[in-house]
Amino acid sequence: MRTLIGAVALWGMALKTSVLAQTTFPVHGVQDERQRHVALVNATIIPDAKTVLTSATLLIRQGRIVAVGTKVDIPSDATVIDATGYFIYPSFIELISDYGMPAQNTASRQDRLQLESAKKGAYYWNEAVRAEVKAHELFSQRADVAQQLRAMGFGSVVTHVRDGIVRGSGALVLLGEERDNDLMIRQQAAAFYSFNKGSSQQPYPTSLMGSIALLRQIFYDVNWYTAGGWREQQNISLDELQQNLKLPQVFETNDVLSVLSAARIAREFGFTFIIKGGGNEYQRIDELKEIGMPLIIPLTFPRPYRFQDPFDAATVPLSDLMHWEFAPANAAFLSQAGIPFAFTAAGMKEAKEFWKSLRGAAAAGLSSADLLKALTEMPARWMRIEDQLGTLAPGKLANFFVCTDSLLDPENTIVQHWIRGRMYPVASSELIDLRGRYTLEAGPLKATLVISGDFAAPQASIRLGDTATYTARLQRQERLVTLSFRQPQQGTLNWMLSGYLLGRDLTGHGTDAHGKPVNWHARYQGPPPKPKDTAVVWTHTVEGKLRRPFNGFGWEQLPKPETVLIRNATVWTNEAEGIMPKTDVLLQNGKIARIGKNLNVPDARIIDGTGKHLTAGIIDEHAHIAIRQGVNECSHSVTSEVRIGDVIDPNDVNIYRQLAGGVTASHLLHGSCNTIGGQTQLIKMRWGYGSEALKFKGWPGFIKFALGENVKTSNWGDQYRFRFPQTRMGVEQTIKDAFIRAKTYKKKWDEYNRLSAKQKALTVPPRRDLQLEALVEILEGRRHITCHSYVQSEINMLMRLAESLGFRVNTFTHILEGYKVADKMKAHGANASSFSDWWAYKFEVYEAIPHNPALLAQMGVVTAVNSDDAEMGRRLNQEAAKSVKYGGLSEEEAWKLCTLNPARMLRVDGQVGSIRVGKDADVVLWSDHPLSIYAKAEYTWVDGILFYSRQQAAQQQEWIQAERQRLMRKMMAAIASGEPAREPSTFSQTLWDCETITSGQDVE
Amino acid sequence: MKKIRILVFGLMCVQPVAAQRIAPAPAQTAPVVLVGATLHVGNGRVIAPSVVRFDKGVITYAGPAADYRQSNQGAQVIDVTGKHIYPGLIAANTQLGLNEIELVRATHDYAEVGDFNACVRSLVAYNTDSRIIPTIRNNGILLAQIVPMGGRIAGTSSVVQLDAWNWEDAAYQADNGIHLYWPSYFRYRWTSMGAEVGPDSLYERNVQRIKDFFQEAFSYLNKPAPEVPNLNFEAVRGLREGRQKLFIHCNYVREIIHAVQWALDASIRPVIVGGRDAHLCTDLLRQHNIPVLLLDAHSLPPYPDSDIELPYKTAALLREAGVTYGLTTSGFWQVRNLPFMAGTTVAYGVPYEDAVASVTWSVAKILGIDDRTGTVEPGKDANLLVVSGDLLDMRTSQVEAAYIQGRAISLDDAQRQLYRIFKEKYGLR
Repeated sequence: MRTLIGAVALWGMALKTSVLAQTTFPVHGVQDERQRHVALVNATIIPDAKTVLTSATLLIRQGRIVAVGTKVDIPSDATVIDATGYFIYPSFIELISDYGMPAQNTASRQDRLQLESAKKGAYYWNEAVRAEVKAHELFSQRADVAQQLRAMGFGSVVTHVRDGIVRGSGALVLLGEERDNDLMIRQQAAAFYSFNKGSSQQPYPTSLMGSIALLRQIFYDVNWYTAGGWREQQNISLDELQQNLKLPQVFETNDVLSVLSAARIAREFGFTFIIKGGGNEYQRIDELKEIGMPLIIPLTFPRPYRFQDPFDAATVPLSDLMHWEFAPANAAFLSQAGIPFAFTAAGMKEAKEFWKSLRGAAAAGLSSADLLKALTEMPARWMRIEDQLGTLAPGKLANFFVCTDSLLDPENTIVQHWIRGRMYPVASSELIDLRGRYTLEAGPLKATLVISGDFAAPQASIRLGDTATYTARLQRQERLVTLSFRQPQQGTLNWMLSGYLLGRDLTGHGTDAHGKPVNWHARYQGPPPKPKDTAVVWTHTVEGKLRRPFNGFGWEQLPKPETVLIRNATVWTNEAEGIMPKTDVLLQNGKIARIGKNLNVPDARIIDGTGKHLTAGIIDEHAHIAIRQGVNECSHSVTSEVRIGDVIDPNDVNIYRQLAGGVTASHLLHGSCNTIGGQTQLIKMRWGYGSEALKFKGWPGFIKFALGENVKTSNWGDQYRFRFPQTRMGVEQTIKDAFIRAKTYKKKWDEYNRLSAKQKALTVPPRRDLQLEALVEILEGRRHITCHSYVQSEINMLMRLAESLGFRVNTFTHILEGYKVADKMKAHGANASSFSDWWAYKFEVYEAIPHNPALLAQMGVVTAVNSDDAEMGRRLNQEAAKSVKYGGLSEEEAWKLCTLNPARMLRVDGQVGSIRVGKDADVVLWSDHPLSIYAKAEYTWVDGILFYSRQQAAQQQEWIQAERQRLMRKMMAAIASGEPAREPSTFSQTLWDCETITSGQDVE
Repeated sequence: MKKIRILVFGLMCVQPVAAQRIAPAPAQTAPVVLVGATLHVGNGRVIAPSVVRFDKGVITYAGPAADYRQSNQGAQVIDVTGKHIYPGLIAANTQLGLNEIELVRATHDYAEVGDFNACVRSLVAYNTDSRIIPTIRNNGILLAQIVPMGGRIAGTSSVVQLDAWNWEDAAYQADNGIHLYWPSYFRYRWTSMGAEVGPDSLYERNVQRIKDFFQEAFSYLNKPAPEVPNLNFEAVRGLREGRQKLFIHCNYVREIIHAVQWALDASIRPVIVGGRDAHLCTDLLRQHNIPVLLLDAHSLPPYPDSDIELPYKTAALLREAGVTYGLTTSGFWQVRNLPFMAGTTVAYGVPYEDAVASVTWSVAKILGIDDRTGTVEPGKDANLLVVSGDLLDMRTSQVEAAYIQGRAISLDDAQRQLYRIFKEKYGLR
C-alpha cells in the first residue's frame, strides 16, 4: 500500500520523460493510447487562491498539467482551444462523500436485544466499529452522480462508507468516467469516524456519551494492541485501525457541540481530527479557536420560514430564525477567527443550490480567495495530496473546470469540467457562447437578433425597428443552430431558419412566413445588453448580534462578576448564625466578602434587601437538564465508562429557567437504565458559558448507580426480558462481579507499575479499561456513588455489599423508602436525596411517604430534596418547604434540604451551600420567605455574577419580540425576492428524566 | 379551643400505630358549630370572625360571628379561633380511583381501546378503596371529577365525594361530563435532536371524524331509541338535552379556537380542559362564556423563548380578561398539590380569594354542582375544611379537620400510618 502511494508520486514526477502510459490491461484490437495534449489559450486562469492570470495558457498532456502561465510555448502536437473570455479554476475536492459505495443495509432495529456482534470473523466486539471497511475495495464509479458533482465544480472526492462510529478508510477518486483503476488516486486517503452507530444491530451505544466512550476505549485498545496486546488476542479491526491512524483522520458530526466533543477526544490522544460540523460553528467560535482543529463545514443553509399564521409562527423558536440569518456567515466567522476550514456539499444535490450557498457565504463576508482555498487547497493539503491536486501547477493532475465568468458571478456557468485531462461537458462540449447582439438578414427581413440569458439555455428575441419584439425559439446542437419565430400578420407559417456557427456569426438557409426559401445571416455585433438584475443576488448581511448561548435568552455580552452590597435583608446563613434579620452581605471577586450590619462599601452596587430574604443558591442533587443526545446509555448493565461531562448542553434554556428558580448548581446524572450507570457532572449555572466552563471546579467525581425496576427492565415491555439482571437477586451479583473484576484489574496495573523500566519494556502493559477504571476510582475513594434506589431491601443490600468491598455509598437518590432503614443509612454514613412527595408511579414507590426527607433528617442522615425534573427544578424551595408540612422539620433545617445538604453530599460544602465569608458568591435574593409558595427569586448570582434578575428577564422578553419581528420582516423580504421558503416546523427539545430510554443516536 | 384540640390531637391518639383501613365517616348526627375562624366563603368573600353551623350535612349558618343567633343546644361547638375555614377543594379532571400505580397495568382503569367510547362510565370503575384518595383529602380536596382518557371521546365522567364505601355511595353528580380529546394540530417525529414538530396532515381528517360522530349522534337522538340502541349515541343524550357538559381537552390556541367554534356550531357550550394557550383567545372565550379548566400551573413554558413565568401567570391573564376559569392538575396522586398551584397564581397576580374560588366555587360552577357545593353558604352541603395556616402555601398549610356532607372524615392515610410506625420504631417524637 505505502509503496503504491510512493509509486504514484514518482510516476507523477517522472511524467515529462515518459512517452506512453503503461497498462496491465490486455489490448483488444489495436492500441489507441491518446496523449490528450491540449493547450487552452487566452483564458483567465486562477491557478490557486492567490493568483489570477489573464490571457493565459494551460497546457496539459496525458492527464497532467505541463505548464500554466501567460508565456507558454505551445508544442506543435498540442490541440489548441481558444478560451478567450473564459475562466479556468482548479477542480474542487469533496471530503465527505459515499460516492460509488454500495447501497447501505438499512435493516430496522430488531425487537430482541442482540448483545453480541453478528459479524463473523476476528473483528472488534462492536458492530459500529468498522475499521476494516475499505472504501477502495468497494468503489465502483457512478456516472450520474459524478456528473452532478462535476456540475458543482468537484473533480475528486474522498469517498467512504458512511456507516458506523469507526468507519474504516476512504479512497480518493476522480470524478471521471474512465476505468476505476484510472480514477483511483489513493486507495486509503483518510480514516473516517462519527458518533452515529449506523446500521449496527447491537444496542451499545444508545447515547452520544456511549459513542464517545466507545471511541475512547477503542483508541486505548489500539495503543494496547500495538504495544503487544496482539500477542494475547488477534483482532482484525484493531490491526486495521492501527494502520488507519497513520492517515488523515476525518470525523463527521452535525452540530458544533459535537465538533467540540470530537475535538476533545482528539486532544486526549494527541490526534488532529478534521471535523465536519453542522453549519452552526459560529455559535461557539471561541471554543473552536481554543481547540484548534480544522473543520469541514456544510453549505446547506436553512430556508426562510413562510409565516402566515401568527400562532404557528410563535411555535418556531427565535434561535431557528437567528440561525437562518447567521448560517451563511458561518465560514466568514471561521475565517476571521483564523480557523482552517474546507467546505462540503454533503447533503446537497442541486448544483444551483450549491453555487447559491457559496455566493451566500461570500456575500456574508468570506473572501473569494478563502472560499476557493476551502474547496481546493485545504482539502488537498489535509489529504496530503497537494502534490497532485488543489492548484493548477506543472506536474499536477489536470483537474479543472472552464466557466463563463469569475467563480461567484451570478451569471457564471461551468461549461466544461476536465478530469485527468479529459473533458466532460457540463453546459457544452465546446466553448461556444451564442449570447450576443446580431444583425439578422433573412431574405427581405432586416432585424436585430439578441441572444441572452443562461449560457446553457440561452433565449433569443427578434427586434424589428424600434417597437416590435418577438420571442424566438433557439436550438443548438454543437455548431448547428435552429431559430424559429412568428411574425404576426405576415403569412401563416413560422419563420424557420436552420444554420450553423461560422466564427462568431450565424448563417444558413430557411423558409419565411409563407414557406418560401430564404438565405439568412446573423452578424455578431457584441455582447448582449446586461439583464436588469433579474438573477437573485444574495445580499445577506448579518444584522443581529451573536448571542451566547445562541438563543432568545442568550447574552450579547457575557456578564462579569460584580461588587454588590445587598442591604438590610433577612439572611439565611445555614451556619451557626442561623437566620439573621436586617443584615448586609457583600459579594466581591466572586466570593462572599463580608456579612454584617450597616456595611459601607464604596463602589459597590447597592441592592436594597429590605423585606427580602437572601439565601445560598439552590443545589439540585438530581437533575437531567442540559444533556445532549441521550441521558441513558441504556444498553449494558454496567456502563461506568460513559460520562455526562462529555455531553453537556450549554444551550439548554432550562439552565436559565432554573436560575429563575434560584438554582445555582445542578448535579447532572446519568439515567437509571442500568445497574452501574455513567459518571455524573456537577455544573454551576453559568448561563452563556461553554460546556467546559459550566463544570464545577474542584468537585470530586461521582457516578450513578441504580437498583430496582428500571435496571431489571421491568417496565419496558416484553422484549426486554433478556438482559441480566431481571431480579434484585441479579442486581446484587451484577455489582459484585463488576467490582471483583475491577479489583483484579487494579491488581494487574499495580503489578505492572511496580516493574522496573527494563522489565516494563519486556512486558505487555495491561489493557486500559475505562469501565473498570471508574470502578477502581470508587474502590480508592476517588469517585462517589449516587444510587437511584427505592425499596428498603435494595438499599440495605447495596450498603452491605459496599461494606464488603471496602467502600461506602455516598448518596442514595430518590430513596423513597429510606425512612424504613434510616438508622442503617446513618450507621453506614450514607446521605439521602429524596423526592418530596412523589409516589404511586410504579410498584416500588407504593410505600413512599412525603415525610421521608423529614424523618431521614431527624435521624441524622444528611438529606436533600431533588427534582429529577426540569419543571420541578425551578421550584425546589417549595419542595423543601413540604418537609415543614410533612414531618414538621424546622424551617431552617428544611431550607438546608435544597442548599447546604446537597452541597455536603456532593462534597462541595467548602465552596457553596451557605452564606459564609470566603464561600462562592452563589446567592439568591427572594421577594418573600424562601419556603413560601409566594417567594420569587429576584436576583440569582453565581460566582458573584448576576446571571438572572426578574427585571432583566422581562427586558429580554421585549427584545425577543422585537428580534422576532425584525427577522420575520427580513424573511418576508427574502421570500419576496424569490428565495424558496419552508413552512413553520421545528425541533422541540427532549426533556430527560431517569426513565428516558429514547435513543440519543442520530436518525438521518 | 379546648374542643378543637381534642378533635385534632384526638385524631392522633385514637389512631393505632399499625396500618389499617380507613373507614368512611358515619352520617352527621348532631349539629356542628365552628366558631371564630376566618371564613373564606369561596366566592371571594372573607368573614372574620365567623361562625359556620351545619346540620344533617347541610350548612345552616355561615356568616359573621356577631350575627349568629341560632341555639347551640345539642350541637357540637368547636372553637376554631385563629384558624381558617375553606370550602372543600374540588379536583376536576383526575384519574383518581382509576389508576393506582402508574406502571402497573393491572391497576389501570382509565383508558379504553378505540376512538369513540362516549358510553364508558368512569363511575363504575372508581375504586373508593384506593390508597391514594385519603392522601388527597388530607390536603383539602373533598370532591373530584373522575375522568376517563384515551381516544377521541374517552367516555363519561362523574363527580364523586372522596369519603365513601363504594362508588354508588361516592357519586355526587353521576355521568354529567363527556370527554372529548381534541386532535393535535401538530405531528411529532422523534429524532435525536428532539421531536421534529410540524402541522399534522391528518388533523383535518381527525376533526371531521368528530363532526361526523356528533352529527350522526344528534340525528339519531331526534327519534326515540331504536330496538337495538347505539350505546355511544345514547351516551350523549344528556349533552343534547343539556343535562351533561362537554369537556374538550386541548392546549394549542388554534385547537382551542377550532374546538370552541365547532362546539358552538353544534349548539354545545363546552368547557375547555387544559387551555394552556387560553390567554391568547380570551375574547372568543369571554364572548361565548366558555369556561376553562386550566391545567397544571406548575409546568414549563411551551416554547424556548416563552416568558419563563407564563404558566404561573396564565390564570391571572384569564382573570384580567374576564374569562371564567378553574384550576386543575393532571394525574391522580399529583392532585394533592392542587392548592399550591392556586398559591402560585396568587404569587403571579391573582387576588387570594379569587385563587381560592378557582379551586372551589369556579370549579363547582364549571362542573354544574354549584347549587350544592363550592362555597360555604347556607343551604349548601357542608363540604369544608378547618385549616391552620394558609391552605395554598405548603409552608404553613395543615388541614386539621374536614367535613364532607357534614361528616367529620378521617384525616389518616396510609402514608401517615407508615410515618407513625417508623417514628415509633426509631423512638422519635
